[in-house]
Amino acid sequence: MDAILFLLFAGVAVLCGINLVLQTHPISSALSLVGVMGALALIYLQLGGEFIAMAQLIVYAGAVMVLFVFVIMLLNEGKERKVHRKLWVRWAGAPLLFAFVAMMSAIVVRILPPSEGVTFGKMTQGTAQAVGTKLFTIYLLPFEVTSVLILIAIIGAIVLASKEVD
Amino acid sequence: MTGSIPYLVIALIKTLLVVAVVMHVLAYLQWVERKVIAHVQLRVGPRRVGPHGLLQPLADVIKLITKEGMIPSHVNKVFYFLAPFLAVVFALIPMSLIPFGGDITVFGVHTSMQVTDVSVGILLVLGLSGMGVYGVALAGWASNNKYSLMGGLRSSAQMISYELPMAMAIAAPLLMLNTLSFRGMVDGQAGFYFGVIPKWIIFQYPFPQVVSFILFIVAGFAETNRVPFDLPEAENELVAGFHTEYSSMQFAAFFMAEYANMMTVSAIATILFLGGWHPLWPAEYGSKFLPSLIFAASGLICFSHGFSPARPFDRITLPVFGVIFLGIAGIFLIPVAQTFLLPIFWFGGKTGAILFVFIWVRATLPRFRYDQLMRFAWTFLFPVAIVNLFITGLLVALS
Repeated sequence: MDAILFLLFAGVAVLCGINLVLQTHPISSALSLVGVMGALALIYLQLGGEFIAMAQLIVYAGAVMVLFVFVIMLLNEGKERKVHRKLWVRWAGAPLLFAFVAMMSAIVVRILPPSEGVTFGKMTQGTAQAVGTKLFTIYLLPFEVTSVLILIAIIGAIVLASKEVD
Repeated sequence: MTGSIPYLVIALIKTLLVVAVVMHVLAYLQWVERKVIAHVQLRVGPRRVGPHGLLQPLADVIKLITKEGMIPSHVNKVFYFLAPFLAVVFALIPMSLIPFGGDITVFGVHTSMQVTDVSVGILLVLGLSGMGVYGVALAGWASNNKYSLMGGLRSSAQMISYELPMAMAIAAPLLMLNTLSFRGMVDGQAGFYFGVIPKWIIFQYPFPQVVSFILFIVAGFAETNRVPFDLPEAENELVAGFHTEYSSMQFAAFFMAEYANMMTVSAIATILFLGGWHPLWPAEYGSKFLPSLIFAASGLICFSHGFSPARPFDRITLPVFGVIFLGIAGIFLIPVAQTFLLPIFWFGGKTGAILFVFIWVRATLPRFRYDQLMRFAWTFLFPVAIVNLFITGLLVALS
């Protein structure tokens, strides 16, 4: 059952990811990305990370992507135009990319220590309480540093956006 | 230990019950809204179909189903059809998480009066309501109409802005209740201070959450696109806003989504702030006789009006309603029925009261201007919610 559900959600995520690249209209691409985010949230949930799953749903599938869609609608972007690339670029692109990904994954597998397989429902530390405790004890410094970073980003955005238009 | 098959059957029965009840309430909410607004404005409202227009929702549904669905030629078909579907799905899913009462035993099966309880219930509802924006935004965009597009844009900006104060307003009671599951929240509000004052969150020690209750309701108005924040469908500027190009059942889907969202917000306000299904005063002082009293009084009023009828057919219809009301009053006195009818009565009563406020406000307040709406969220609601959260956190930490 777990395996079937996992394959289902993973399949949806991969299909949406491919669709994201293939679609020519920005809105279709953005909605495919929503699909990817939603499928990822479901996989998190299946692995026992309830809080992370909900955060994924609220922050990424909800807030961030709604902003994306909002901006696309505001700018009223049409379909993207096809750029005529050289013939060898069009034919060599996919094999080169595949070779690069294969090389990188081979290196990563070589470097990382061997890990035991993932078991569904094994993790019990995914509740909001457990995540909160970890976040405010062991990972307090990274957490605070991240929030300061976000604050800097917000102030930077305001400074950049408040430039006077003449 | 219950096996998976009985569990599935029970879940199916509960889902069917909830769907049936929710669909009827949705249809009749529309009737109640028209009646209440009519009476506020000194009109009588719908009264042609059935006694006092009681069959009006049925007529409306038949009309909407049999109407021809027009598809404008200039729309983006995929998203045009997807949008109402998204809106209604994400509005109805949260219903499955709302608990209507405590645990009951029916025919030897022990179960809870809720389709399912998840440990992160409130977060799931927030996430789903955030996804509901896509329905409105896409409808506005796919219609390929400037008014619709404006409506969709306004709606997404408004919902993103009001989600923040809403989440902040929710965070304060969560600090006191220490749980994210709806069942846990209601359980945390059981009992009474000095045997009389209920331990609802708006009364609870150390910091009664009256401010965040009001913030939540205000943000809820904006999240559900209701007056005075119904800018996405402001008819004097945008024709009908995001659903200008929709007709027939697709239009009905948006309508249903709006009412379902209203019900969800009211139900969550009841669970978070008003103690869920816990009564206003203890059963020892007779709170369990209140429903019988109300229904019996309604029945007697019907009878007394039936003996001096204003219209000839009232001589027949009003006594019939009187008998029905007295019958309901009698059912509420049966001890077995009380165990599951009383929670539903209190839960329904509180949710209904908040829904009435929604309708009342619609009949009373004018619409905001768009800049006022945004300024109100960012410069008033959000700071107040943060201050409220800080005070709550401090007091919870100290006590």
